[in-house]
Amino acid sequence: MEQHITIDGVIVPFKPGETIMQAASAANIYIPHLCHHPEFKPHGSCKLCTVNVNGRNCSACTFPAEFGQQVLNQTDELNKLRLRIIQMLFVEGNHLCPACEKSGNCKLQATAYQLGMLDSHFPHFYKAHEVDSSHPDLMLDRNRCIFCTLCVRASRDVDGKEIFEISGRGINKHLVVNSPSGKLHDSGMEMDDRAADICPTGALLVKRQGFSVPIGKRTFDNHEISEDLDEQ
Amino acid sequence: MNIETVVNSLIQAHGAKATQLLQILNGLQAQFHHIPEDAITLVAEQLRISPAHIVSLIEFYSFLSITPRGDYEILISDSITDRMIGNRDIIDQLCNRLGVEQGVLRDDGRVSINTTSCTGMCDQGPAGLINGLTITQLTSDRIDEIIKLIEASVPLERWPEHLFAVSDNVQQRGLLLENDYTKGDAIRATFERGREKTLDELTSSALRGRGGAGFKTAMKWHFCHESYTTGDTDGDLGLICDSPSNHVTADCDRIVVCNADEGEPGTFKDRLLLTTHAHQLIEGMTVCAAIIGSCKGYIYLRGEYRYLLDALEAMLAERREQNLLGDNILGEQFHFDVEIRLGAGAYICGEESALIESLEGNRGIPRNRPPFPVTNGYLNKPTVVNNVETFVCAAAIAEKGGSWFAQYGTEQSTGSKLLSVSGDCARPGIYEFTFGISVHEILDRCGADLDLLGIQVGGPSGTFITADEFERKIAFEDLATGGSFIIFNSSRNLFDIVQNFTHFFSHESCGFCTPCRVGTTLLTRQFDKIHAGHGSAGDLVELEEIGKIIQAASHCGLGQTAANPILTTLARLPNLYHMQLKQIGFEPGFDLDSSLDTARRLTARDDLDAHLKQREQ
Amino acid sequence: MSSKIRVATTSLAGCFGCHMSFLDIDERFADLVELVEFNRSPITDIKECAESDIGLVEGGVCNAENVHVLREFRNKCKILVAVGACAINGGLPAMRNHLPLQACLDAVYLDGTGVTNPQIPNDPELPLLLEQVHPIHEIVNIDYSLPGCPPSADVFWKFLTDLIAGREPTLPAELVHYD
Repeated sequence: MEQHITIDGVIVPFKPGETIMQAASAANIYIPHLCHHPEFKPHGSCKLCTVNVNGRNCSACTFPAEFGQQVLNQTDELNKLRLRIIQMLFVEGNHLCPACEKSGNCKLQATAYQLGMLDSHFPHFYKAHEVDSSHPDLMLDRNRCIFCTLCVRASRDVDGKEIFEISGRGINKHLVVNSPSGKLHDSGMEMDDRAADICPTGALLVKRQGFSVPIGKRTFDNHEISEDLDEQ
Repeated sequence: MNIETVVNSLIQAHGAKATQLLQILNGLQAQFHHIPEDAITLVAEQLRISPAHIVSLIEFYSFLSITPRGDYEILISDSITDRMIGNRDIIDQLCNRLGVEQGVLRDDGRVSINTTSCTGMCDQGPAGLINGLTITQLTSDRIDEIIKLIEASVPLERWPEHLFAVSDNVQQRGLLLENDYTKGDAIRATFERGREKTLDELTSSALRGRGGAGFKTAMKWHFCHESYTTGDTDGDLGLICDSPSNHVTADCDRIVVCNADEGEPGTFKDRLLLTTHAHQLIEGMTVCAAIIGSCKGYIYLRGEYRYLLDALEAMLAERREQNLLGDNILGEQFHFDVEIRLGAGAYICGEESALIESLEGNRGIPRNRPPFPVTNGYLNKPTVVNNVETFVCAAAIAEKGGSWFAQYGTEQSTGSKLLSVSGDCARPGIYEFTFGISVHEILDRCGADLDLLGIQVGGPSGTFITADEFERKIAFEDLATGGSFIIFNSSRNLFDIVQNFTHFFSHESCGFCTPCRVGTTLLTRQFDKIHAGHGSAGDLVELEEIGKIIQAASHCGLGQTAANPILTTLARLPNLYHMQLKQIGFEPGFDLDSSLDTARRLTARDDLDAHLKQREQ
Repeated sequence: MSSKIRVATTSLAGCFGCHMSFLDIDERFADLVELVEFNRSPITDIKECAESDIGLVEGGVCNAENVHVLREFRNKCKILVAVGACAINGGLPAMRNHLPLQACLDAVYLDGTGVTNPQIPNDPELPLLLEQVHPIHEIVNIDYSLPGCPPSADVFWKFLTDLIAGREPTLPAELVHYD
C-alpha cells in the first residue's frame, strides 16, 4: 500500500520526501499559507500553515509527511490561531486596502477573507517604512512587506541576481535591496524577472498596471483563495 | 588605521571564506567601533558575497554597528539582577559625568554608552563590557576610576587589571568540579576501551544535555555517527582535512560543536567551566569526535565572553603541542582539531540550529527541523551540538565509566548540575548539586531568606516558582534548568521582573516568524499598558491570549518560551495582576493627553478642550 | 414607537461614504424604519445621543472631539459597531501617521502652495488633532466590525436584520471585503 497520512480524518497519500503541504495540495486540501509557493524551497516563517501533527503544532509547508501522521488542519482552534497571526501581519505593516493597487488580487487580503478577519484586533504599529519608486517599471512599498521572502528566493534561485535580502532583527526586520544606492533602479532588477511578480501583497508591484481590472472581476472578487489551489 | 590594511589582515587571519564573515566583522568592529562602508565593499569583493548580506549581519548582531560607536564603547548589562543592584545608577553616573546620552555617540566620538542583555556576571554585578571586555562589580568608585581613565585617553591595555577581574565564585563543588583529572586521560581511556564501548558507557551513564532540553547525549552521538554525510565539501574543514599528509576519510565530514553561547539571563556556570575546566571540555569534544568520526570541532563562544578567548586559544595551542589535538592524537590514527568562533550579541544563537547558521557566517535564524543537526548540521554535515557542561560530563564519563556517573542523581536525571545562583541571597555564585536536590536545600546553602516573592528557575525561558513549590526538585522530570537560579525576596516588584524578561525576549527575537516577531512586541506593549496602570479586566485576558499564541505557533524555543515570564507568574500570582488593573472600563494603551502635545504647542492652547482624560470620570 | 430598536450613527474621521452606502439600501429603508428609530445621526440631526440599542460608528479617531463623541456612543449604545475601514484600522486618514503631526500642519497651513497669511488655526472651537489617527477599538471596546470602504448596503442590511431578529450577526464571504 502507498504511504499516506490523514488530514482531518481524510486519508491523503504522499510520496517520500513530500511535505504535509505538498501532500495536501495534491489532494486538493487547502491549508492557509502566505510564504509558501510550490515553485520555491519552503521557508516556514509566516506560520499561517500551522497544523497539528500527532498533537504538536508544526508548519505544514516545511514538515515532512510521514506514514501514520494524524494531521489536524481545519479546526476552530487552529483557525483562530491563524486569524490572530494574520491580524499580527496587518497591524505590523500598513495594509490600507482601499489605497492599494493589489487589492482584489492580494493573497494577504484573500487569506484574511478566508480566515474570516473582520477587524485588526491588535493595536496598529503605524511604523513608517521606506517606499522605493526609483525604478522606471517597478515600485517597492515596504509598508506592505510581510517578509515571506518570495522575492528573495525568486531573485536568488530563478533570476540568479540576489537583489533582495532580509536585514535587521526582531521587529526591526526589513527588506533591503542589493544595489549601490540601496534602491531598485540600480539593482539590475527587470520587469520580467521572476521576482517582479511573485509578491503575494502589494509590496512589489509592476508600475502602470494598477486598477486595470475593474472591481468585481479581480482574482479574489468572486472566489475564495482556498478554491484556487492551482494558482498557488 | 587604513581600512584596506585591516580588512586584508583580517581576511589573512581568518581565511577568505564566507563562513568567516562574522569573525571578520567582529575584527572590524573592534578596530573601528563600527563597520565602515568601504570595509563592507572590500569584504564583499574578497569573500564574493553581496554587500546586502554583510549589512544584514551587521543589523542582526547587537555588537556590530553600521554607525560609529565610541572609541570607548561601554555596554552595561541589563539583566534583572544588574537592575536590582542599581545598574541604572551606574549608567546615570557614566552618562552624566562623561557628558553623553545613552545610545548616542558623544560629539567627539570618544564614548558611547548603552545597555546590553545579561553578560553572565550576575554573581558579581553590576557588570558590563568595555570594547568587548568584561568589567564587573561596578561600584560608584570603580565608575569614577573608569571615567578618569577614559578622560585621560588611557588605552585599554594599560587599564589596571582589577577592573577586568572575574571571580570564579565557586560556592560548592560536586562530582564534576571535584574530579581530579590528568590531561589526556579521557582520550586514553576511550582508545583503551574502544570507541563503541565508550559510547556504551555514555549510554549507561544516561547523561542528558545540560543546555536545558535534556536530550540523551549518547543517542545524539549515535545518530550523528550513523548519519550519511550529504554535506558540501567546500574545503572549510580546515587544516586537518585539507592537509595532504593526512588520511582523509569520509569520517571527516562530521562536526563537533560546543555551544558556549551561555545567554540565558542569570546563567554563568559555563563561564567557570571555560575558565577552569577548558581542558576537560576539549577532552569531551575529542572523545565525541573519536566516537562519531569527526576531525573538526568548533567552540561557539558568546561575544560577551570575549575576555576568555586568548586563554582558550593558548590552551588549544598547548594541547596541540602535547599531541592531544591535531594529527595522530596520542599516536592513534585519529585527527581532530578545534577552532573557536566568537558570537556578537545574539541570544538566539544559543539555539543549536541558529548557532550553526551563525557559525556559517549567517544571521542566527533557527532552521526548520527536521532535518536535525545530527544529520544536516554545519555546512549540511552531520553535527553534534552540545553544551559546555555536557562535554565536561562526557569527558568524566569516558574516564570513569557510566555507572560511576549514574550512581548520582535521580533515575531520569543522572549526575550533577551546575547552578548559577544570583539575586537575593547571602552567597551568590556557582553551586554543583547532584540532581534531585530540592529548592529548599539550595536556598539553605546559598543563604537565602525564606520570605521570598519567588525564584526564577531556568532563566526567563524557564519557570517562576513561589513558596509552596520549594520542595520541588531540580531534575528534568520536575524543575528542568539550564542552570539559572535567580532569587527574589519579598520586597521585589513582580512587574519589574516580568517586564525585564518580556522586553528581553522581544529584543532578542530574531524576527523570522510572525508570532514571535510581532507577538513579542504586542506582548511587551500589552504588559507595559497593565504595568503602567492602564489595564482593565479585558486587557489581562488579552495579555494571556497573546502569550498563548506566541507559545503555540512560534518557530523555535525562544518564541515558545517568550511568554513564560507572564504565563507562569499569572498562573501563580493572579492577585498581583488583578490588583494592577483599573476597576472599571477600558483605557487606551497610549497616553491620550500627550497625544495632543504637538497640537497644543502649535496652537498655543491650554484651555479645557485642549486636554483629554485617559478615561472618563 | 417605544418597542422599536433605537439606532444611532456618527462619522468621526471618515468621509461619510459609509453613511452614503447605508442609504444605498434604498427601498429597504422603508422596511427598516418600521423596525428601528434613529437617534443621534446625520439622518435625524439629533445632536446628543440618547440611550440606544445599536451605535454605528464610521471613521477613525483623529482629534479630541472624536474621542468625546466615541465615548458618548460607547456610554449610550448597548452594541457598538465599527463601520468601515477607517473605524477598523484608521483607513486613509491614517496615512498621515507616518508623518509627524507638525509636518502635516506645516504642509497644509504654512508651506502649502497658494497659502496666504500662513497660520495654524487655533480657534478654541476647533478640536485639536491627535498625534496619530487611531482605529476606534484602541479607544473604547467594540462589539462588532463591518469591514469595507465602504461596506456595501447589503452588509448594513444583513447585519441589522440579523441583530433585529435576535440572531448573532454573520456576514457571508461574498459580503466581506476591505476595499
